[in-house]
Amino acid sequence: MLIETKGLTKRFGGLVAVNDVEIGIEKGKITAIIGPNGAGKSTLFNLISGYHPSSEGSITFKGEDITKKRSFNIAKLGIARTFQTTNLFETATVMDNVIVGHRLRTKSNVFDAVFRTPRLRREEQASRAKAAEVLEFVGLEHEAHRLVQDISQEAKKRVAFALALATDPEIVFLDEPAAGINPDETENLAALIRKMIDRGLTVCLIEHKMQMIMGLADHIVVLNYGKKIAEGTPEEIQTNEEVIEAYLGGGDKHAEAE
Amino acid sequence: MQGLKKMRMPLIFLLVALLFPLFTDNQYYIYVVTLAFIYAIAVYGMNLVGGYTGQLSLAHAGFFAIGAYALGLLTVDANVPYWLAFVLALVITTVIGTLVGLIALRTKEHFFAIYTLCVGYIIYLIIYEWDALTGGVRGLIGIESPAAIGPITFDTGISNYYLILVFLVLTVIFMKFLTESIVGRTYVAIRNSEELAQTIGINTMKQKLISFVISTFLAGLAGALYASFVRFIGPDISYTMMTFDFLMYAIVGGFGTLFGPVVGTLLIVILTQSLQFMEDFRMIIFGPLLVLLVIFYPRGIVGGYQMWKMKRAYKKKQRSVDQGSTYEGGD
Ligand SMILES: Nc1ncnc2c1ncn2[C@@H]1O[C@H](COP(=O)(O)OP(=O)(O)OP(=O)(O)O)[C@@H](O)[C@H]1O
Ligand SMILES: [Mg+2]
Repeated sequence: MLIETKGLTKRFGGLVAVNDVEIGIEKGKITAIIGPNGAGKSTLFNLISGYHPSSEGSITFKGEDITKKRSFNIAKLGIARTFQTTNLFETATVMDNVIVGHRLRTKSNVFDAVFRTPRLRREEQASRAKAAEVLEFVGLEHEAHRLVQDISQEAKKRVAFALALATDPEIVFLDEPAAGINPDETENLAALIRKMIDRGLTVCLIEHKMQMIMGLADHIVVLNYGKKIAEGTPEEIQTNEEVIEAYLGGGDKHAEAE
Repeated sequence: MQGLKKMRMPLIFLLVALLFPLFTDNQYYIYVVTLAFIYAIAVYGMNLVGGYTGQLSLAHAGFFAIGAYALGLLTVDANVPYWLAFVLALVITTVIGTLVGLIALRTKEHFFAIYTLCVGYIIYLIIYEWDALTGGVRGLIGIESPAAIGPITFDTGISNYYLILVFLVLTVIFMKFLTESIVGRTYVAIRNSEELAQTIGINTMKQKLISFVISTFLAGLAGALYASFVRFIGPDISYTMMTFDFLMYAIVGGFGTLFGPVVGTLLIVILTQSLQFMEDFRMIIFGPLLVLLVIFYPRGIVGGYQMWKMKRAYKKKQRSVDQGSTYEGGD
């Protein structure tokens, strides 16, 4: 397992957003986290990426305990993520948004910048090359010099992917990558996720679009009210009584409707 | 060539600044422009931490005053040689800036603005009340002009003008290299979204602190230059009004742009001076103008100009796609 959580719990005051969750994410596979709104999926991502401290439990990455690490250090280990809402820099170009993604692999400081040391030049070159590489990977090389505010919603999702990839990750967490885009674009995005696997990456994603998930995921984990209620292959999940109950009885807004 | 073309406007500007004293005998004009240069250096500090890193620090006049008082006290009361006192004033401001930053940056967004506003006011109170050290409301008088460097003396208005111009140009070059590098991109990433910056591996606390400390350094530099240029300082230079003046210069010129501070400061300072006959009624003109500017050009004069240029360049490129890309990047 690349990432494992044990007894992972997060409380917000009285609310238990993530409750004693144990999951394992296998290297080179696509793991999907599903569940009704408010089930604690994003919170689980926030815990693993170090954005929130956990209340209880542990997280390991390649056997190393990362429970107490802060988010920027977790990113350096090779764990990247995208957010449910894209928070890109809208009035900058696509390229400028992505270049900074490689910053964590550079060491230049203010001194290097002001005296334009060889290290700075080398690292800027590397960051630029990395940005060009990941933009090509996500199929945005022709949009590189457009402003983010001028590109489509789907393209913005791809920029967010590219930014995550620019950090040189081993695993990428995607929070609802297909939200707000049409079926054709969803298909393209799924293809891009498969391409990431082909390149040796590991992907873990949250998604409400069941059709996409069932065709894409190797392994599915279902959360409901912060608890893991089921996990297994898409076939197993589709026939799981408790999952069907959670979706039909839980008053979920999204579900299959999308 | 591309680089030179990009720098054409600033170079023309520099040439005008260099020749300006030769075209006027009016010492008052030179005095006003010199003051504007000093303020512009301080505004660069505010622009770095506020405009680029997105942390609006409202203690800026406080640090300006710390630099000014440190220089004044060291030269007048302690008889420290001028340039040594100058360096010490920068060190003192930067050390206090680091201490304040370590605490203030635990707060975020508007809390940070309010917190630093309070810090600025406390600095004002200390200067105002600590009579024995600062001379309180009477201020400090008789601060010496910058000491001669070799054969170059700084006892005239014009020599001070050139000295301060040199510091301003150095500040602009410093800011250019800093903000156009990946280090500067780090700051902009924090401004855009601290959340996102953290998840792409940026230690946002450390980076915010560094940019805050640099900003106090620039405020201190401007303050020290101010003290020896005006040769009299009082507590009013640390007052909140001064911070908001700096902020206005930054916003008008363009917050988060390289040349915004010079453009905004010169424009407003000169305008303020020429409208002096109107006294406080000036604000009737400035107020609405500022509001309109913020609505239509949120990134000020320079930011608006850049946006227009970028859009135009993109349209041009669209029309002649086959000519290949010559993109240089940068903000
Ligand atoms: N920072 C926070 N402070 C307090 N409560 C929070 C916080 N973040 C999330 N919650 C609560 O935790 C619960 C789980 O939220 P979370 O965002 O993880 O759900 P989700 O499964 O991602 O839902 P969705 O499908 O709507 O994105 C919700 O009840 C939410 O209100
Ligand atoms: Mg969510």
